[in-house]
Amino acid sequence: MSERGHFEEHCFVSGHTACAGCGQSMAARLVADVAGKNTIVTNATGCLEVFSTLAPQTAWGTPWIHSLFENAAAVASGVEAALIHLGKLDSIRVISQGGDGGTADIGLQALSGMLERGHDILYVCYDNEAYMNTGIQRSGLTPFDAHTTTSPRGTHSSGNPKQKKPLVEICAAHHIPYAATASVGNPRDVQTKVKKALDIRGPKFIQIHVPCPLGWGSEPVDTIKIAKLAVATGLFPLVEYEYGRLLRVTKLPSPKPVEEYLKLQGRFKHLLKNAAELKKVQEVAQKNIEYYGLNSKA
Amino acid sequence: MKQFLEGSWAFADAAKLCRPGVISAYPITPQTHIVEHLAQFVANGELNAQTINVESEHSAASVVLGSQACGVRSFTCTSSQGLMLMAEVVFNIAGMRMPILMICANRALSAPINIWNDQQDSVSLRDSGWIQMYAENNQEAVDLVIAGYKIGEKPRVMLPVMVCVDGFILTHGMEVVDMPTQEEVDQFLPPYNPPYKLDVEKPLSLGLLGGPDVYIETRYAIQKTMEDVLTILPEVGDEFKKKFGRESVRLIEEYRLDDAEVALVAMGSVCGTIKDVIDELRQKGQKVGLLKIVTYRPFPEAAVNKALAKVPYVGVVDKNISLGATGALYTEIKAACSHDKKISGFVMGLGGRDITKNSIESVFSQSKEKVNSCTFVDLHNDLLWEEFRV
Repeated sequence: MSERGHFEEHCFVSGHTACAGCGQSMAARLVADVAGKNTIVTNATGCLEVFSTLAPQTAWGTPWIHSLFENAAAVASGVEAALIHLGKLDSIRVISQGGDGGTADIGLQALSGMLERGHDILYVCYDNEAYMNTGIQRSGLTPFDAHTTTSPRGTHSSGNPKQKKPLVEICAAHHIPYAATASVGNPRDVQTKVKKALDIRGPKFIQIHVPCPLGWGSEPVDTIKIAKLAVATGLFPLVEYEYGRLLRVTKLPSPKPVEEYLKLQGRFKHLLKNAAELKKVQEVAQKNIEYYGLNSKA
Repeated sequence: MKQFLEGSWAFADAAKLCRPGVISAYPITPQTHIVEHLAQFVANGELNAQTINVESEHSAASVVLGSQACGVRSFTCTSSQGLMLMAEVVFNIAGMRMPILMICANRALSAPINIWNDQQDSVSLRDSGWIQMYAENNQEAVDLVIAGYKIGEKPRVMLPVMVCVDGFILTHGMEVVDMPTQEEVDQFLPPYNPPYKLDVEKPLSLGLLGGPDVYIETRYAIQKTMEDVLTILPEVGDEFKKKFGRESVRLIEEYRLDDAEVALVAMGSVCGTIKDVIDELRQKGQKVGLLKIVTYRPFPEAAVNKALAKVPYVGVVDKNISLGATGALYTEIKAACSHDKKISGFVMGLGGRDITKNSIESVFSQSKEKVNSCTFVDLHNDLLWEEFRV
């Protein structure tokens, strides 16, 4: 297919340098394709930026701008303000996106400002649960007991001692029209939520769980399977908030044991022979299931 | 029309006359009055702009980067710690060739925290790729804002512009300012029409990863453009003079330098005090003069060299200090001049310490007595360890 033809079909195209099995690249294309051509994207520094725009090449078929690590939401706020000034916001959508570090840690302040000011922007966080671009360091969204290069397992450590920052709740607490989680393991759900978000005016937030074979120590071929298991075990609940209220969740009538999820990933392999730690991770899933009512009949 | 205005009001008025479509800033003393006035203009319907009240200076600079990237003229202003927090974005804006205009209300840097004037903030960002111009008075600041947009937005330039105004001394000082009319500014400053922008009709990726095979060329391109600005800026200055009758927009100003035996070199409002002292000393028969640096970046090395060619003694007044070295301007003046010239450096006015006429007189006489690269002026000895006293 010609380069032009390629861009005609997708807004984010192959030829970039993401690792095999990269969940983020798959999710980014799902988002870009739903958003379509009349979209301006602002991107935080991170894997997605690095593997999609190594000068002089780009994988983006929509106007796209990268500035810095922590300011994608602020740059997007400026883009939206400019579109209002130009009278073009009715026909052009603004998407801001970053990884978990760029969103939940260093970019949280700019994101909160963007949400609080009510800009008409969809912010997408591709959550691969660590600073993958710099070499798998722990972020605020790294899950409990995961081994990373800065939360390593050792004789005195079973990996990351903290639980994931409740990012979607933090965003929902701004009482924005829409805040949701999604998983690349369920592409249709991702696209439904992105479409729903883009049809709403005002600030929207979606956190997409995206496995990282390199950082998670998993097989590239297992990316979708692992993403599905994170949801099926209750470790990554799929939820939707509107104006600060939890309105919908993806139900789990019979949640799978967390071991099925953990055993496919090198970052958790130290847990498999440690019943006490395994129990703690199961408790994390159980808490999620209860908190969000994932197994309730209603 | 001549008006008696607070500096910040005049600067806000000048920014308004340039018709920015997006304004974003975060409150910091002594910059606040500028954005307050702009917000009021928008609230009154006098200015058609989006004002984005952000949660930090980092975001203020990021917002105007985003809006300018969409082809909309944008404005921000800050001071001191705010500029430091912005620093990352300041470099980024220049690298992305976005001709944003910022007013920096110059203020000292913490610690100790100090809201008063010196020029450490903007001088510390001299390497960022922004055109930097320093105003002596409020009229000059107004003129530099209007001309600044025109210079930065030239397709041959596409660089951001920082207009530096001494905090409180200018921002809160009341002066008579000749305000251009909207019609005059519209004739002088065409609408912003960038060669590249975020546009769904012609999608571009901006801010790409530039590896070792492309990065150094991007820096070289800015360096060469800065060299061009040394020609373009005086050309815009000539246009400005033709339109408005004032010579504010220039690289340097020479004041009674022709036959000067001792000259001071300085930037910003202190030049007004120095000119007064020169007039007084000249009446007493002393041959003294001033070289005012208006444009600090690009640094007008050739113009400086020429202006000081016949001056045997030079004293450089720095309202900043590169700790462990000397004042920043001193090193650049020294590098621009011949080796046989006697050049001394004086650090003064830090953190709002008054620079009096007596201080300036003493600096003139010290410049002739003995060459010193970094003399702090008007220190309070009682605050210093014994071995540090002067």
